Amino acid sequence: MPPLLEVDNVSKSFGGVAANVNISFDVREGEILGLIGPNGAGKTSLFNAISGAVTPDAGEIRLNGRRISGLSPEQCALLGIARTFQVVRSFDSMTVLENVMVGAFSRLSRTRRAMARALETLAFTGLAARVDTPAHSLTPAEKRRLEVARALATEPRLLLLDEMLTGLTPVEAQSGVQLIRDVRARGVTVMMVEHVMEVLLPLVDRAVVLDLGRVLTIGAPQDVVQNPDVIRAYLGDRYAAA
Amino acid sequence: METSITRRRRHELIIGATLLAVLALLPLPIHDVYTRNLIIITVLFAGLAQAWNVLGGYCGQISLSHALYFGVGAYVSTLLLTRAGIPPTVGMFAGGALGGLMALLVGWPCFRLSGHYYAIATVVVGEIGYLLALNWDWIGGATGINIPYVRSVGDSWLWLQFRIDKLPYHYAALAFAAVAWLVAWLIEGSRWGFVWRAVKDDPVAARSLAVRIFPSKMAAAAISGALTGIGGAIYAQYVGYIDPDSVLYGQLSILIPLPAVLGGVGTLWGPLVGAAVLIPLSELTRSYLGGSGRGVDLMIYGALIILVALARPQGLASLIGVRVRAPAGADDAAAA
Repeated sequence: MPPLLEVDNVSKSFGGVAANVNISFDVREGEILGLIGPNGAGKTSLFNAISGAVTPDAGEIRLNGRRISGLSPEQCALLGIARTFQVVRSFDSMTVLENVMVGAFSRLSRTRRAMARALETLAFTGLAARVDTPAHSLTPAEKRRLEVARALATEPRLLLLDEMLTGLTPVEAQSGVQLIRDVRARGVTVMMVEHVMEVLLPLVDRAVVLDLGRVLTIGAPQDVVQNPDVIRAYLGDRYAAA
Repeated sequence: METSITRRRRHELIIGATLLAVLALLPLPIHDVYTRNLIIITVLFAGLAQAWNVLGGYCGQISLSHALYFGVGAYVSTLLLTRAGIPPTVGMFAGGALGGLMALLVGWPCFRLSGHYYAIATVVVGEIGYLLALNWDWIGGATGINIPYVRSVGDSWLWLQFRIDKLPYHYAALAFAAVAWLVAWLIEGSRWGFVWRAVKDDPVAARSLAVRIFPSKMAAAAISGALTGIGGAIYAQYVGYIDPDSVLYGQLSILIPLPAVLGGVGTLWGPLVGAAVLIPLSELTRSYLGGSGRGVDLMIYGALIILVALARPQGLASLIGVRVRAPAGADDAAAA
């Protein structure tokens, strides 16, 4: 059985700037995979390629052995890839429930069933008390949760979280971590981009480190942080030797 | 499962039915022709604005070519009547179908543009339609078409012709507005309504949730154009004469959305509230001040629109508490 997601030699440049260069790694069914790297390492660009927002210039992305690179975001969503956005994109003219119903409508056509699915997802993500709140009046932490709920309502196999914990208070981040664990327990594979290392490292099973568009290393989180290349990329040459 | 959404929708239906009953009785004690005409035009524009609202409000595509769909409906039903002897009650559905088709034809190229560029493109398309009709002799050109009173039939609902009595036209306009409202209500509660609002709010996020943007816009355009075409056919029968300057002129493409914009874009009641305020106001300022020839009526009219845009960008309907959601953590959440 092939891995859930295979990223195979993917390259993408924007106007001569190489965002991703020959990126290759797998995402295994049921794991939480962290994607880390300094600013500009190409993390979001890779997310965009996997979710169909951009097409790689070279290489291939496969979901369950099936090529998905080149498909549109809506096709990728139907195949089971859901995502959240680094800068939250809630539907601000709608309530929390209505936001999540849009996600549920990707699989269900009847309003009653979409509503039931959305309510279930909102209960799971801890937003049950905010069902009728307009999305624009949520707190930043709640908006991130809303994006997760909306994405989960599409019944994904793979959930891409783009800096879901960034900018949250430590308490909020901790409950976000618990939510991600719950999502995995639900059977959804998670791939996440994150800057907050102390939160990320205990959470993920494996980490892929990107730097300047290339894969620096892949491995268990505790090994990755001790890798001299990673230390150099984050802190500079002086610290790598120490 | 009782949620705030299902409860709100039931209330809307009750209010809508009550309003329909009130409007059905409204003209009965009024015998003055001027006022009756005012009510008919107001109701008709409430329906037209609601039709525009389907595309412009829910789906967020600011179309400025609705005069074209209105004109197509008016011309198709009129030509079917004068050239083929087909009664307008049948013709108006043909007009609606072609209005919807025209909206699809306009949408096909224009929906590839977004935001302001889409709006500008629709203005141009509307103007092309106006100029074509102006120079197309077979459909009457600039002279227009006089809609004959079919003597052999007499006053008839099937032929939608009434020599003296204006009341039947009131009911025709009311039926049209009611249908437009019901379509909007059904859309709000269906998958389409949710998807379209997602397209309006954030297309990128919508696509990540498997929403197909272009087909969504096309579907909204077809429904909106079809409803507008039916409105045009009813209007043609009511006034008894059409020419490009009465059913295809560019300003009409602004008059149709205006009640929706003023009353509240993308809301169920906005177009109704907007039409109820705007149309009588425009008629009154015109009849009291229009004669001065200094455009004072238009100044007051314009000033009001600016005032609303500044003070109530969400629209007048929000003043009377329409579609105000329950505050955070209200009892609905517990019930859910």
